[in-house]
Amino acid sequence: MLRFTIRRLGLALLVAFLVSIATFSLLHLAGDPAAAMAGENATPSDIDYVRTQYGFDRPLLVQYLDWAGRAIQGNFGMSIYLKQPVSEIIWERAPVTMTLGLLSLAFALIVSIPLGVLAALRPNTLLDRMALSIAVVGQAMPSFFFALILILVLGVQLRWLPITGSDTWLHFIMPSLALGYYATPALMRLTRTGMIEVLSSDYIRTAYAKGLRPRVVLFKHALRNAVIPVVSVAAVQLGFMLGGSIVIETIFSLNGLGRLAWQSIQRSDLEVMQAVILVIASVYVVLTFLADLLNAFLDPRIRVS
Amino acid sequence: MAVVNTGTPVAGGSVPGAVAAEPVDNPGYKEVTPLALLRRRVVGHTGLLIGGTILLVILLMAVLAPLLPLHDPYAQDLSKRLIAPVWDAKGTWEHPLGTDAFGRDYLSRIMYGAQVSLLIGFAAMAISGIIGTAMGIAAGYFGGRVDMIITLFVTTRLAMPAILIALAVVALIGSSLQIVIIVLGLLIWDRFAVVVRAATQQVRGLDYIAAAEAVGCSRWRILATEILPNIANPLIVVATLEVAHAILLEAALSFLGLGVQPPTPSWGLMISEGKGFMFFMPWVICIPGFALFALVMSINLMGDGLRDVTAPENRS
Repeated sequence: MLRFTIRRLGLALLVAFLVSIATFSLLHLAGDPAAAMAGENATPSDIDYVRTQYGFDRPLLVQYLDWAGRAIQGNFGMSIYLKQPVSEIIWERAPVTMTLGLLSLAFALIVSIPLGVLAALRPNTLLDRMALSIAVVGQAMPSFFFALILILVLGVQLRWLPITGSDTWLHFIMPSLALGYYATPALMRLTRTGMIEVLSSDYIRTAYAKGLRPRVVLFKHALRNAVIPVVSVAAVQLGFMLGGSIVIETIFSLNGLGRLAWQSIQRSDLEVMQAVILVIASVYVVLTFLADLLNAFLDPRIRVS
Repeated sequence: MAVVNTGTPVAGGSVPGAVAAEPVDNPGYKEVTPLALLRRRVVGHTGLLIGGTILLVILLMAVLAPLLPLHDPYAQDLSKRLIAPVWDAKGTWEHPLGTDAFGRDYLSRIMYGAQVSLLIGFAAMAISGIIGTAMGIAAGYFGGRVDMIITLFVTTRLAMPAILIALAVVALIGSSLQIVIIVLGLLIWDRFAVVVRAATQQVRGLDYIAAAEAVGCSRWRILATEILPNIANPLIVVATLEVAHAILLEAALSFLGLGVQPPTPSWGLMISEGKGFMFFMPWVICIPGFALFALVMSINLMGDGLRDVTAPENRS
């Protein structure tokens, strides 16, 4: 287990390093950062001023090492628009996005695991078909359109929930539904396949044969093994949700990292853009690392191979 | 695909249509060609049929848009703003799906919007497909260090939030139809690489690859004429699903104002333009939203269906 952990940790660090290079070079090579920051009506001398002021005239490698060196220490520079250290802004906004991500994941799991189990218990019945239809519909629904429909129905027609803001827990219900439902099809299919496979295995037959109650067999023997792959996919989905939060947070005016990213893109606030992308990618790397460890812990076969 | 045909072909009274229901060891069994088998699976697959029909309708919409006597999708008429669709009490057949806030005909914009969605979906898929397939084949065939490096690339790509990167890059370069296609194409190759790598690993250990190597075929020839045709099935399935993925991403980009630029009729953009009026006229977002949903669902159904039909053993 220790060897496995060390190997995985090395891989995670390597990926984080590559992500930082990719993020940095994408944003610096995609256009002239100085021109973008100076704004549309800037004169060439304005742009030159920004270029020297922010050090964009230095070689890219030097700029990267400078940026990455500071980023490791948690210093992402200053936001040119908000005139505030970027790390401070991110600390302020991160809790909203984390809450949204966790609630969305919780919603996705609460819907998908029972549906997946039911579908697996009665494969090819009406119930199974219905679960499948939910998956097909869920995967095709654009999240921003679903969010607008939720606003129309739950917010405007029925007036059950507030439409914008992040003041109370009620504000998080619609965004979590909109962000979470997208992950349900994948998780549901995985639970279903896992359950069907486990239910046909020998130890389940043995458990039934020795007279255990079906409920015990189902939950203690079958489900525990069937959800192992769900763990790692759930972590990956949480990572995707953090990325997808940009759309949902913008629609519901939730003051999290996603909305921050969108605002920074509009304001050409390069330092903040870089930092948000790096933070979200790093959280994803950490999540997949933890999921790998948890998986190996739950299923010894993984850490041997 | 293995069809064990034990019985001799029986001529005479057997009805061709009855073959489908008969088990293999039935004496009345007729020889079934792989093509007939495929056709039978396609016809028997509900999802594939539904998806195919919807997709065909949308394709026809895109192709026929310039040929039909439609209103100009760009022509603004401020005296005809926000006319309701025909099923509404105030609707007219003059504008069957109503008009938008600039008085532009919604039916025409939806039909031309199908062109935009399909173009972006297929073009972005083609770019990402070439990149991902090349990486996947290289990783799967050469293995070892090449595989390690490519897997690392794929892991890195997966860690980066696609929509955020796309938004940032498009904002810095400036958005246009071509740029959206290129940026999406350069971003979404990960699933191609993963699937092609796995498929190549399965194929590469087979005897015909060893035979090709033994007779001295060049690497290129083995990759292009031995491996590529034999991983075509999973490749087509991913390609289909990636078209849907690209269409959804484009819609999200356009919705946030950083995709296709106005006045181009893009469904995502139409939802964005309509969202200010949705409280009083829900159809301004529901019509393009439903079109988007139908297109993505039909492509996904095609993808799932093709997987079932070409590789029934993987069906879950």
